[in-house]
Amino acid sequence: MKMLSRILIAASALAMTTAMPALAKTFVYCSEASPEGFDPAPYTAGGTFDASAHPIYNRLVEFKKGTTEVEPALAESWEVSPDGLEYTFKLRQGVKFHSNEKFTPSRDFNADDVIFSYQRQASADHPWNQYIAGITYEYYNSMEMPSLIKDIVKVDDYTVKFVLTRPEAPFLANIAMPFASIVSAEYADMLDKAGTKEDLNNAPIGTGPFKFVAYQKDAVIRYAKNADYWGPAPKIDDLVFAITPDAAVRLQKLKAGECQLMPYPAPADIAAIKEDPNLKMDEQAGLNVGYLAYNTTQAPFDNPKVRKALNMALNKQAIIDAVFQGAGQVAKNPIPPTMWSYNDAIADDVYDPVAAKAALEAEGVKDLSMKIWAMPVQRPYMPNAKRAAELMQEDFAKVGVKVEIVSYEWGEYLDKSMEPGRDGAVILGWTGDNGDPDNFMGVLLSCASAQPGGANRAFWCNQEFSDILSKAKQTSDVAERTKLYEQAQVIFKDQAPWATLDHSTQYVPMAKNVTGFVMSPLGDFTFDTVDVTE
Amino acid sequence: MSDTTIKLSDAAIRKQMLADFLFYFRQNRGAVVGMWVFLGLVILAIFAQVIAPHDPTQQYRDALLVPPFWQEGGSTSFLLGTDAVGRDMLSRLIYGAQYSLFIGIVVVAIALIGGIFVGLLAGFFGGWVDSVIMRVMDVILAFPSLLLALVLVAVLGPGLTNAMIAIAIVYQPHFARLTRAAVMGEKEREYVTAARVAGAGTMRLMFKTILPNCLAPLIVQATLSFSSAVLDSAALGFLGMGAQPPASEWGTMLAEAREFILRAWWVVTLPGLAILISVLAINLMGDGLRDALDPKLKRS
Amino acid sequence: MIRFILSKLLYLVPTFLGITLIAFSFVRILPGDPVLLMAGERGISPERHAELSAQLGFDRPLWVQYFDFLGRLFHGDLGNSLVTKKPVMAEFLTLFPATVELGLVAILIATLIGVPVGVLAAIKRGSWFDQVSMTAALVGFSMPIFWWGLLLIIFFSGILGWTPVSGRISLVYFFPDVTGFMLIDSLISGQKGAFGSALSHLILPSVVLATIPLAVIARQTRSAMLEVMGEDYVRTARAKGMPPSRVIGVHALRNAMIPVITTIGLQIGVLMAGAILTETIFSWPGIGKWMIDSISRRDYPVVQSGLLLIAGLVMLVNLLVDLTYGLINPRIRHK
Repeated sequence: MKMLSRILIAASALAMTTAMPALAKTFVYCSEASPEGFDPAPYTAGGTFDASAHPIYNRLVEFKKGTTEVEPALAESWEVSPDGLEYTFKLRQGVKFHSNEKFTPSRDFNADDVIFSYQRQASADHPWNQYIAGITYEYYNSMEMPSLIKDIVKVDDYTVKFVLTRPEAPFLANIAMPFASIVSAEYADMLDKAGTKEDLNNAPIGTGPFKFVAYQKDAVIRYAKNADYWGPAPKIDDLVFAITPDAAVRLQKLKAGECQLMPYPAPADIAAIKEDPNLKMDEQAGLNVGYLAYNTTQAPFDNPKVRKALNMALNKQAIIDAVFQGAGQVAKNPIPPTMWSYNDAIADDVYDPVAAKAALEAEGVKDLSMKIWAMPVQRPYMPNAKRAAELMQEDFAKVGVKVEIVSYEWGEYLDKSMEPGRDGAVILGWTGDNGDPDNFMGVLLSCASAQPGGANRAFWCNQEFSDILSKAKQTSDVAERTKLYEQAQVIFKDQAPWATLDHSTQYVPMAKNVTGFVMSPLGDFTFDTVDVTE
Repeated sequence: MSDTTIKLSDAAIRKQMLADFLFYFRQNRGAVVGMWVFLGLVILAIFAQVIAPHDPTQQYRDALLVPPFWQEGGSTSFLLGTDAVGRDMLSRLIYGAQYSLFIGIVVVAIALIGGIFVGLLAGFFGGWVDSVIMRVMDVILAFPSLLLALVLVAVLGPGLTNAMIAIAIVYQPHFARLTRAAVMGEKEREYVTAARVAGAGTMRLMFKTILPNCLAPLIVQATLSFSSAVLDSAALGFLGMGAQPPASEWGTMLAEAREFILRAWWVVTLPGLAILISVLAINLMGDGLRDALDPKLKRS
Repeated sequence: MIRFILSKLLYLVPTFLGITLIAFSFVRILPGDPVLLMAGERGISPERHAELSAQLGFDRPLWVQYFDFLGRLFHGDLGNSLVTKKPVMAEFLTLFPATVELGLVAILIATLIGVPVGVLAAIKRGSWFDQVSMTAALVGFSMPIFWWGLLLIIFFSGILGWTPVSGRISLVYFFPDVTGFMLIDSLISGQKGAFGSALSHLILPSVVLATIPLAVIARQTRSAMLEVMGEDYVRTARAKGMPPSRVIGVHALRNAMIPVITTIGLQIGVLMAGAILTETIFSWPGIGKWMIDSISRRDYPVVQSGLLLIAGLVMLVNLLVDLTYGLINPRIRHK
């Protein structure tokens, strides 16, 4: 740091005497993970998107900063046909792609780029589908794009029409996701001719606020401000990601001034960060939920009253205190409070072991013993599942339920917990992809998702609940959808397929002089509005 | 241990060997100090329940990260302070001695028994048996031990038992090589031929006649492996692949403490110091043992 | 000599095949399915699972996969990482220089300090220098280096603020990779202060990594010196009235160096194991950290090829040590 300030002083002295342009403003972000690559489509990690989709690229529509609402981006406007099957996008004109040493765009962004960006993921025969051997498009697939998009039509250079197979309200939120980033078809052509197709992933060209400059694996990523950006120009000239996987080291670097902002502080450090006069910290409930899913197909857990009684026996605040060290909040609904349609009117089960025991006895449940599955890995919604399971074990013991804690290797855990007839209740959770309530309730609790390959680990199929979800999914009116989802949450609470445990709190520590950073409920880190004051 | 000793009675040989051993061992001050420290560790481990002031897993929720008693804010009820969830450091360190000694003993036992068996087979039978066995040992030795142990633990699943097995497998070739070399050396000696002529069976030859005569290098290797096993299992624990929390294994304690590195020096410093002291004591003892057992290898 | 080298090489073939078998099979019996890990909490339909497994080639019998692995190996193709989708060899080559740089500096530190200390301790046998340095060596030999690294960070980065916490060079410097060695690249770049920055980043990790080899080399040098000094010809030289410095310099040192060089060469395996821990502590972007990360992500191609490359490297260095030894000492060649 001394070195840095010395250089800054020397440079500013030079600037004063020779009247050179002001010193470039550099912003360093201590990121937590190496990006898997710079093409957002084949990857799934949030850290990859922070390094690729957000600084380098744009989507047709994007999430408005700090919200999960969709706003125009590369598409200036759109129209939805009355039957909900056709989305016609008017594209923004005069949007320039970046250039690098080997590529200078000869034309602006247009419909060809949109079609290229989707077709390469959609069709296995597309020449760019396998531009790297073994590549797969997991998000495109898991968001059910292959069965949803029937056709993409170029109406003219600045109009594109998406034809869907069924009305799907979350469609706009889906295509605001990183996998739907628009890459340059012209750049792809050039790479194809040069025989260096993999550079689409290594030397990315996009339309975003920052241009890619260089990446040293597992160490540093450098970006420069895109002077031709179509949106509000970034405030900083150079953006640097210093890849620092260890939370303690990240904090140390932040304190030493080696970076200005960091994600994911260790829960244990949060109190100290709050007291540090040189740092400040933003916080927000994360877009996630941690839960304990009963197997609702097996006695006695097929009885909602038994599940309710067990939920009453859990001291969830104790879990928040011990597992999250306060960096979380008790969950009462299957969706987090930052999401639209969150039903705050619902009252959570009151922690009451005596009443819980009485309720269990009233249902004729005696000498119950059960398994609780605790996952072997740390996840944002559950930093230490084993410790949480131990606490539940104690809670359940108080109402006369014996608990055995089991665990498996993570891949096996995910697989076995979805096997029909699974023995025991499973601790698991979910981090939202696009801020749509369907992305929580539809994925985790619908009848369809209770089938093999789904993610409904309670195997809970409530027809009324599922019907409400399908209705909400086919309606594009947000007010009406909100009402339906609120109703669904009431049914959920009443039927209690899960014990909803927690929503973790996300903290973002940064230097005092950082301004303009907006926390994203989706957990994205974006720097186009960030500035540093002297 | 020369051929002429055969003429002496067994008891006399043993007596003489023991006297020699004790003489040399006592001369080495470091070794004696190491031995006492090691004995201290053994006592701590055996009587942990009596000595430790607290239960090592008991969490005192109102006493998180209390510093050692001599520091401001410290308390005499937690002499060496507490960790992030309010467990007494001293008690955890004392119980940690159990883990380290247990790991050392188990790893050495498995590696020693396995290695001797394999080495005897290779050395005694020679030919293709020898070639195959020794190539396998070469393969194992070609991998850096910690890396191979890591992969093995990943295969078997993280945990103390699996970490011990993995480390033992990685150490085993050293014992096999030593045994084989010794067997090859001793096989053609007169006393073996004599025993064979007298009608001793293969098994008897291997275990009763040859083995006792190559014990010295094995014992030296065993102490070396003991200290390495303590170090490597701590390293695995540190990487999250060894003993799992809340076990008070020293390496695991260090891994859990890493995030407090700048806030609470005692949770980071003390487990490491415990590892260093115990490994150092064993190594000091090992140096002494080697000098005493094998004057040929003697350093000073 | 050629026959000697050839026989050595021939002897390595089965070992190398064994290594490929171990690297392949250990990794494949790792519990956990990369396809399931990719899908995460979302789950994956049986059809899609089958499709992806087929695409990645995991649906074929294991032995077919093994021979495929071997076949591609001969063409220098180590496959693609499941996580980054990039060729394993390319990733290895970008990370390898960082580890080599760290390892070379560490072995340099260990040799430059270890050998003189060992020689001096042997000459002044029994003196306070001998006792202090050999005690220190034993402490170093017993050091849990992951803890040692943390201590040095607390002291030099945390309390004194002398050295950076992690990384290879300060972010203010930016220049292209030429050799991959930060010390050399920073000099080539000609940017003022870059070399100093690279050096200050390298100092703690290399000291940590050097600790155990330094201790081993010092101890080995001392005992080799003592042994040589006790031999007849040295005694003769001394008796003939040759000055002690000449005896040590010409006769003892040269002969004692043979086992010492072997020891130094054999430290490569120790260094690789140490690199795993050192790189983890200092967030050093090298092979060790790459392996740890890949094991936890079940990135099969990276783990098996990484194991293979590392073991191959260790084998190669051992072979070189053997050959040098054979060159220096002809008796071994004809054994």
